[in-house]
Amino acid sequence: MNSATARLAEQFDDVSQQREASTLGMWIFLATEVLFFGVLFAGYAYGHLLHGAAFAEAGRETDLVLGTIETSVLLTSSCLVALAVRAVQLGRQRGAAVLLLCTAALGTAFLVLHGFEYAHEYKEGLVPGLHWTQVGPSAPYKQLFYFLYFSITGFHSLHVSIGVVVLCVMAWRTMHGHFGPSWHTPLELSALYWHLVDLVWIFVFPLLYLLGRHG
Amino acid sequence: MSQTPPSYLQEGQRLRDWLVTRDHKRIAILYAVAITGFFILGGIAAMLIRLELITPRGDLMSAQLYNKTFTFHGVVMVWFFLIPSIPNTLGNFLLPLMIGARDVAFPRLNLASWYIYMGGGVFTLVCLVAGGVDTGWTFYTPFSTMFSNTHVILVASGVFVVGFSSILTGINFIATIHTMRVRGMTWFRLPLFVWSMYGVSLVMVLATPVLAMTLALIMLERLAGVGIFDPALGGDPLLFQHLFWFYSHPAVYIMILPSMGVVSELITASARRRIFGYRFMVYSILGIAVLGFFVWGHHMFVSGQSMYASMLFSILSFIIAVPSAVKVFNWVATLHKGQIVFDAAMIYALGFVGLFMLGGLTGLFLAATALDVSLTDTYFVVAHFHYIMVGGAVMAYLGGIHFWWPKVTGRMYPEIWARIAAAMMFFGFNLTFFPQFLLGADGMPRRYHEYPDRFQLLNVLSSAGASILAVAYALPLCYLLWSLRHGAPAPDNPWEARGLEWQTRSPPPKHNFVEPPQVDRDSPYAYEDA
Repeated sequence: MNSATARLAEQFDDVSQQREASTLGMWIFLATEVLFFGVLFAGYAYGHLLHGAAFAEAGRETDLVLGTIETSVLLTSSCLVALAVRAVQLGRQRGAAVLLLCTAALGTAFLVLHGFEYAHEYKEGLVPGLHWTQVGPSAPYKQLFYFLYFSITGFHSLHVSIGVVVLCVMAWRTMHGHFGPSWHTPLELSALYWHLVDLVWIFVFPLLYLLGRHG
Repeated sequence: MSQTPPSYLQEGQRLRDWLVTRDHKRIAILYAVAITGFFILGGIAAMLIRLELITPRGDLMSAQLYNKTFTFHGVVMVWFFLIPSIPNTLGNFLLPLMIGARDVAFPRLNLASWYIYMGGGVFTLVCLVAGGVDTGWTFYTPFSTMFSNTHVILVASGVFVVGFSSILTGINFIATIHTMRVRGMTWFRLPLFVWSMYGVSLVMVLATPVLAMTLALIMLERLAGVGIFDPALGGDPLLFQHLFWFYSHPAVYIMILPSMGVVSELITASARRRIFGYRFMVYSILGIAVLGFFVWGHHMFVSGQSMYASMLFSILSFIIAVPSAVKVFNWVATLHKGQIVFDAAMIYALGFVGLFMLGGLTGLFLAATALDVSLTDTYFVVAHFHYIMVGGAVMAYLGGIHFWWPKVTGRMYPEIWARIAAAMMFFGFNLTFFPQFLLGADGMPRRYHEYPDRFQLLNVLSSAGASILAVAYALPLCYLLWSLRHGAPAPDNPWEARGLEWQTRSPPPKHNFVEPPQVDRDSPYAYEDA
């Protein structure tokens, strides 16, 4: 059973129109995602501008080792999903499905690592609102930093979780022959989404983990 | 019977057929029913406000209840009526028809956006009625985060959810306009209504996420007790205003751009004239959509932002009046030497142009920093934005509903009643809101349930106007519903208009056109050639 040809929805004239519309829709959706994160980054820029020293101090207390491992995990997963799309284009559905499952596994690993990080920060008393034990003149501003840290990484992890589910669905569909060289738009768009999740992290990592540590 | 497929209304008659439909025309009607409900609820709140303000004393409601009432009015009217009004009803119905498509690009997403809207809407409504919020629709910090003990989190989350329906609609429309145009429908042959939907979709897609995230931050801040708008942490309440107006000023253009599109269609059809300066109309739609993102600071002249920022925002606000004025001049020039028919659609359109002009010109008063200091937070502001939103957006919405009613329902409405209602609306509206300009100039502040005795006369006039307005709004509801059963059957093109939507039958079949429509004229407004 190979149904790897496009199932043309009734509102479209042909497959290329359908592909074009879906791809454009996805790109616009990704633009809105950038704006969602944009508000948080704007808040970060604002705080950093006014309380640079406290933000640097707070940034040094983040877990650089785990953060770095997470970065490499996510970057690797992004590479794998790109390879999965390529594999489908070449007609290697089984390989693609395996690659997709690996991507999802790496995404899950990212979430677990981040969970360790959160647990560590909870122990240190760095969670504003829940468990905050820091004192000192810069403590309020550090609290602002950690408020942003949890908002940004929490919102990002939500995206990673959604992405993992999407990737698993895509792996299942690839396994069942829904995609092939001639048609694989949903897979391609899911990969785009995963790249966005990765791209956001590329900005999160230096801002939250590295900025306080330079020089 | 392949010649005459059943109309979209005859397809499936059960409730279930409507609730799982993916037909853009049926979704438009689902939206229309829902927003009419919200409009009535918001209108009732408005009537309560006007009733309270007949007397200088706060005798009908307590201050707290009054605060909750105007918040209810604002939240419901802005997010559940005005924002979705034209795009999600007329836009949903007409956009695919006008570009000769069978449906929007993502019909399932379209239906999802209605369910998101209903979910968020009903949830918000329950919270507003059961507990209420006293922050005003603007949720200003630090009041909303640190002091108000009403249901801010719940209502904000309802508005947050509804934002996604805007975003999905915007994505859908942009993808549809880009990829689904019928052969021959080039960008510069698009009706101006489609262009306005394109502009409004851009604004929806780019602005709404910012509002959603800002409201999420307010919720987080209330939940955690710490946050980015809290000055004790080095955060800033002003940051909230910046983020909020970064959405909410463009949101004004979400409300008014579609109206401009509607009016361009109405005026050309009722004056039998080609639109004057088509390309300039297009550029001004895009100009307004883009410039709308750079004027938000004019809401904050007295909030303590930097003087230089205020100067810049003031200049930009004057500049955005230019494309708006271009549109008004072009509508007037279109009417010049036209064969004007004063039917209901035309009365609504002319009413729109007049009221929009007054609303726009008084906007310039408020854009001037020096004048704004004395006018801000007075009834002058209230009158100004009601001229744009009620005088502008609602007039255009109702004008559009009348103009396309035959196409949507296959029935004609009673023309004479429609004219009476339109004229009443114009007079009732002016009587309601013009006195508020005078009140504001005289210094009456907004958002109080009491006022000094000397303001009473104008307030009574305003409340009297509001009751005329209420009757004028109730009339179309009655005769339009009446026409569903008793109206004369509508011909395919009762106004002899030129848009593609008039080439198909009234009401259209499920896939809009039996055969692909022909785009063989130079322009969608080729009235004089015919």
